[in-house]
Amino acid sequence: MASRKLELFVGFFVALAIAALLLLALKVANTGVAGSDQSYQLLAKFENIGGLKARSPVKVGGVVVGRVASIQLDPESFQPVVTLEINSSYNNFPETSSLAILTSGLLGEQYIGLQPGFVDENVEILKNGDYIEDTKSAIVLEELIGQFLFNRGNQ
Amino acid sequence: MLKQIQQLGANTLGTLQGLGRATLMLFGALWGRPRPLKNWHLYMKQIYVVGVLSLLIILVSGLFIGMVLALQGYTVLAKFGAEQMLGPLVALSLLRELGPVVTALLFAGRAGSALTAEIGLMKATEQLSSMEMMAVDPLRRVIAPRFWAGVISMPLLALIFNAVGILGGHLVGVDWLGVDGGGYWSAMQANVDFQQDVVNGVIKSIVFAFVVTVIALHKGFDAVPTSEGISQATTQTVVTASLAVLGFDFVLTAVMFGG
Repeated sequence: MASRKLELFVGFFVALAIAALLLLALKVANTGVAGSDQSYQLLAKFENIGGLKARSPVKVGGVVVGRVASIQLDPESFQPVVTLEINSSYNNFPETSSLAILTSGLLGEQYIGLQPGFVDENVEILKNGDYIEDTKSAIVLEELIGQFLFNRGNQ
Repeated sequence: MLKQIQQLGANTLGTLQGLGRATLMLFGALWGRPRPLKNWHLYMKQIYVVGVLSLLIILVSGLFIGMVLALQGYTVLAKFGAEQMLGPLVALSLLRELGPVVTALLFAGRAGSALTAEIGLMKATEQLSSMEMMAVDPLRRVIAPRFWAGVISMPLLALIFNAVGILGGHLVGVDWLGVDGGGYWSAMQANVDFQQDVVNGVIKSIVFAFVVTVIALHKGFDAVPTSEGISQATTQTVVTASLAVLGFDFVLTAVMFGG
């Protein structure tokens, strides 16, 4: 009886260690499944996504309304297509809304800023699977410095 | 002058003899096929004593070390607006360094000292000699289960320590200081490599487990069989094992992450 109790404790200990390894393998080192809330998807094409990654936040005026679900390259236009996972409680963005890839702070992570557009009678509300047409690419620092030097050279 | 040189020689010889006796002890214990099924209850008992009973101190210190890392890291990272890097900071510090090392130090204090005292007392009360009289090899019966229990338990404890520490960092960083929760995990996933960080951390803790357990067993087995001798052996276990862990840690870190 005492031996059974011992084995039970040891089994519990080993199970706990395996759970810890799974947490480290799936949640810490690899992509885990995220987002328990109801959500809908929007798509957008960018010229250049810079350092944007899957699970980066989507913000409206600084408030997180969703996350980047996936990033793919369109095989025909060679443009990155970003799939956004937006929380269902924010489901009334007009189709005139625009997206921009922004950086938090000087060195921080990149995120997508969503700027809601105007609404009138012939503007529709974005639904699951719609494309947002008006997008601004990420600022690539090297290109910016290159442009600056080029302009200086012209003067 | 001559006396000091003689002293140095004596110390060196003593250390070498100790190493030799430890190697002999280990060989005696592990030589031949291990028979875990025959001595199943012995192994279970030792894993319980060495591993399960160390769980509480590992859980509590892992949680608090993760929390402190997040708190300290946040104040520095916030100055550069790089709070998003809090996740990788906590995870990499724990997986690469703090998890294996702190677990080994706590293990040396919690389980290593107990192993030394137990075996030293067995020797002082002549339990080991009476085993030999009954044709039971004390190395196989006493040392081997304790050795395997230590080597198996410590990597598991280190894994638990890491997981709890990362959750503790999440608790402070995300729930208290307001770092973005998705960013905490996504930046961590982007920066932590399973092979490079998780597996290397486990390898480290296996090496530490071997070092600490062998030192603890050898100090107990080699103790002067008096009450004073046992107390000295126990102290030496904690000191030597801690120093050995820190020394090996530097070498392993240089090999794994230095290049």
